[in-house]
Amino acid sequence: MDYLGYLIAGWAVVLGAVAVYAVSLIRRGKALSARVPADRRRWMTTDG
Amino acid sequence: MHEIWALARKDLLIEARSKVVATQVVPFAMVVLILFGLALDADSRTLRDLAPGLFWVATLFAGVLTIQRSVAVETLSSTFEALRLSGAPGWKLFAGKALAVGVQLLAVEAVLALGIVVLYRSEFEDPVLVVTAAVAATIAIASAGSLYGVLAVGMGVRDTILPMLLLPIMMPVLVAATRAFGDGLGTAALDGWTWTGLLALLAIIYATVGALAYAVVIEDT
Amino acid sequence: MTITSAAPQTNSVANNPGSTGSTATRVLGLASLVGLAVLLVLAFVITDPDQRVFDRGADLEPLLTGQGDAVRLLYVHFPVAMVTYIAFSLNAVGSIAVLWKKSTWWDNTAAAAAEVGVLFCGLTLVTGSIWGRPIWNTWWKWGDVRLMTTTILFLIFVGYLAYRRTMTDSRVRAKRSAVVGLIGAINIPIVYKSVDWWQNRTLHQQSTLRDRSIEDLTLFAMIFGMVVFVAIFAWLMIHRFRIGWLEHQTETVGLEAAIEERRAQTPAAILDAVTDSRPSHETGSD
Repeated sequence: MDYLGYLIAGWAVVLGAVAVYAVSLIRRGKALSARVPADRRRWMTTDG
Repeated sequence: MHEIWALARKDLLIEARSKVVATQVVPFAMVVLILFGLALDADSRTLRDLAPGLFWVATLFAGVLTIQRSVAVETLSSTFEALRLSGAPGWKLFAGKALAVGVQLLAVEAVLALGIVVLYRSEFEDPVLVVTAAVAATIAIASAGSLYGVLAVGMGVRDTILPMLLLPIMMPVLVAATRAFGDGLGTAALDGWTWTGLLALLAIIYATVGALAYAVVIEDT
Repeated sequence: MTITSAAPQTNSVANNPGSTGSTATRVLGLASLVGLAVLLVLAFVITDPDQRVFDRGADLEPLLTGQGDAVRLLYVHFPVAMVTYIAFSLNAVGSIAVLWKKSTWWDNTAAAAAEVGVLFCGLTLVTGSIWGRPIWNTWWKWGDVRLMTTTILFLIFVGYLAYRRTMTDSRVRAKRSAVVGLIGAINIPIVYKSVDWWQNRTLHQQSTLRDRSIEDLTLFAMIFGMVVFVAIFAWLMIHRFRIGWLEHQTETVGLEAAIEERRAQTPAAILDAVTDSRPSHETGSD
């Protein structure tokens, strides 16, 4: 396949970056959840 | 109307007495021109072609400093609150501040114009075009800058955010002003007046946005 | 809040999870992964390289044009660009809602959308540049309308995120970032038009969807890619939104939570002694 290096680079950057970001979100989420009382961890109301 | 002028006059009087823009910003703008000359290591012909772009980059840098000074004048003496309580509507406060910034910036540009004539051998083939374009661009920069200046008010962390907020927004102004100057200085075969039209449009847009948003953003200073 | 018993509330696990995940995100995440796998197969195996043969008549060799295998990069570049625009549009809507209704829900959404948007905008620029190198023979083309606009968009929202970090008062932060976000958004068509006038030509492929000469399979792969990445976007947004909400909670609830925690760990005897001897106003409750 032509341009294979470019293809791999492009796809790898996207998949890699999204994966890293996703993992960081999950970790941040867990760390923050631990600091917040159980009953306030989810958005309960849609006002203000 | 005279409230706007009173506010602008206050700022200009402060500048006349403190001479901050004259002694700090104007020399800085000239330093930028000289740095470009040294860094580009170009023959005079290239510098002449580049002059419009270099002029406007230097102006934008100087504009950031001028705006920071304009905001500092209020925060240093905690007068934002006094302005709010003065009863003048937000758009008038905005217009007064932006007018003062604009006048000071035009003064800087006048010196820069002399600078590019001397340092880059620019020639003002169409002075009317150049001046018109400069005025329109300056109004746009002063308007957007005065609004962002208030947004960037604060201690410490916010000091350095103004360029990052203002300069990407100023990109169309830079493109248009450089093209207009290219025609006016005779370095490019372009229709400078069309670009000046775009500059006038940008001036109107940013003046309007600034006037509308100023009251909102000045609330929390 | 009055001093109550030390035991923490015992809601079901579903109501107070220890992470930002939920059934919805798990399903969405799984679907996205499956979709990605299918997309990769589509992009690399099932679709053909973009070869167009231009028949020049009997005497001449037919002319081979088209970008060949490089089109396989567009199956990720195009969806990633679409997500960028969706994310920043969402930010614009949120900014309007913040200024109009002072909605913290929308401020949270706008902030989440901006962060995810900056990521995808960066990816758009990178994949575009990687695609451009073999096809345009350059990593960067000054004056290409879409490239310039996307770059400025990236810088505007990097500035937006940096700006949000300079404010701690959530109400002020919401209002001011909304102004910055909105001005950024309205600037985009201005930038686009300016650069368009500036260059009046672009190396950028004309809008692929409108080009009727692409085959059905290529079109399908592009649209499928868009769907997959929108699903990924939704997954990221839900998590990022919940994180923003949790951050908001830690700002307002921090002290209370610390007190509750400590009280839950204190043996009953010491607890009694402490609550008996100390005046209630010193315990920091509302």
